Amino acid sequence: MALRTEPFVVNIGPAHPSTHGVFRMRATLDGEVIVDMEPVFGYLHRGIEKLAEERTYTGVIPLTDRLDYLASMSNNLAYVLAVEKLAEIAVPGRAEYLRVIMAELQRIASHLIAVGAFLNDCGAFMTPILYMIREREKILDLFEMASGQRLTYNYMRVGGVSQDVPEEFIPALGKFVKVMPGFIDEYDQLLAENEILLARAKGVGILPKELAINISASGPVLRASGVKWDIRKVDPYSIYDRFEFDIPTGTVGDCYDRYRVRIQEMRQSVRILKQALEQLPPGEVRSDVPHLLRPPVGEVYGHIEAPKGELGFYLVSDNSIAPYRLHIRAPSLINLTALRDMIVGWKVADAIIIFGSIDICMGEVDR
Amino acid sequence: MTVALSVEEIASKIEENFPGSIVESSPKSIVVNKESLFAVASYLKTTPGLDFDYLTAITAVDYYDYFEVVYQLTSLQHNHSLVVKTRCYGRDNPTLPSVVSLWRGADFQEREIYDLMGISFDGHPNMKRIFLWEGFQGHPLRKDYL
Repeated sequence: MALRTEPFVVNIGPAHPSTHGVFRMRATLDGEVIVDMEPVFGYLHRGIEKLAEERTYTGVIPLTDRLDYLASMSNNLAYVLAVEKLAEIAVPGRAEYLRVIMAELQRIASHLIAVGAFLNDCGAFMTPILYMIREREKILDLFEMASGQRLTYNYMRVGGVSQDVPEEFIPALGKFVKVMPGFIDEYDQLLAENEILLARAKGVGILPKELAINISASGPVLRASGVKWDIRKVDPYSIYDRFEFDIPTGTVGDCYDRYRVRIQEMRQSVRILKQALEQLPPGEVRSDVPHLLRPPVGEVYGHIEAPKGELGFYLVSDNSIAPYRLHIRAPSLINLTALRDMIVGWKVADAIIIFGSIDICMGEVDR
Repeated sequence: MTVALSVEEIASKIEENFPGSIVESSPKSIVVNKESLFAVASYLKTTPGLDFDYLTAITAVDYYDYFEVVYQLTSLQHNHSLVVKTRCYGRDNPTLPSVVSLWRGADFQEREIYDLMGISFDGHPNMKRIFLWEGFQGHPLRKDYL
């Protein structure tokens, strides 16, 4: 007698340890294989774009902290750069360097969580992520020295940063820059040629180059597919044109490539930090900006290379103290467009890894 | 450095191929009418030398009289960019052609605009709310919502 079978719909999430927040995949399964998937989001929608229309230009900065809460410094930076572009405000040299230092530290911190959580999804439960949280702790200590906060920093201001770093920051950063390459070597020794990682991640969830471009992927997801595209190089903002660094890319665009690109990007970030530390000039950290800023009527799109991809702010000003419209181009949301193409045909266990390798943050997806 | 292409040059090219499609062109952006939006978009994507293969972002702004939808286009091949806009009059069920068939990156972004601004996109494969739940009344990012 033939056994009757039929497709089966399973909700993965919204509260599931592997969905990195409140994300739901409505997966249609044939046995263990995923035949269709629909992403469902909105569980963390707070209406940040609407809230921003009621706040002053400075008052929006704390809201940006709550977008990608694993990379608050990058969000701050993207927003203040857009406002500065709109109102044509110059930033003192020391502040530019401090911004780059914070943004690169943040990139390392975000990638550490991304890689650690990815390995957690692979089944290496808690051991690798605790190694990585150990180093992230050092970065959070640095951020705490500068801003007093460990998660939502609210550090950047229009026209500079909120305050200069304390005396003990520079030696602590010097020490971090010195030891960090050793730690990255340690991860490589443990993981790069690890047989289980290779078996789970190589050739899994391939995102071809053409598709990556067509779905507007950005950040490590785009670069792992072999596209050499990094906003820091192709459209330098702040003072990124003063530093030497490479853009790591992958070849096939599988989960392993995305993992490798992140590890290599951390090395490049350390390189930038070293140069920034050597060149850091003394001086003011904030230019004279009116408390209630009224940018001229107009609109602007400012973008940066955030840890997760291209983070853009589209701002419209009507010359009042609040933005007329603020739109956030969130890399996590747009990178998720590729998810369905990547996981259909794979088993549930692989889907978890593929999803983890995109590295999303729901705070940014839902906004 | 990403070069913002000279709007006049592209505007004249578009006007040549699609007469009457340009409503307005400022030094920073081109405004095309909504009837020729899809044709202009596919022209920009496929014409050699322009090759706008990457749709960076779409967003919509409510100006009371009309909705303005803004397309940020980039060419990864030539590293240049262009801002194309279109306007949508009327507040009851405004519609625009969808560009998902050209750039699939528009998928979630068009749904987001539909959800929060209430502009629906013709030809979108899955035109429904993305963040708010089905049955939610109104579109919160409209200026008259609150």
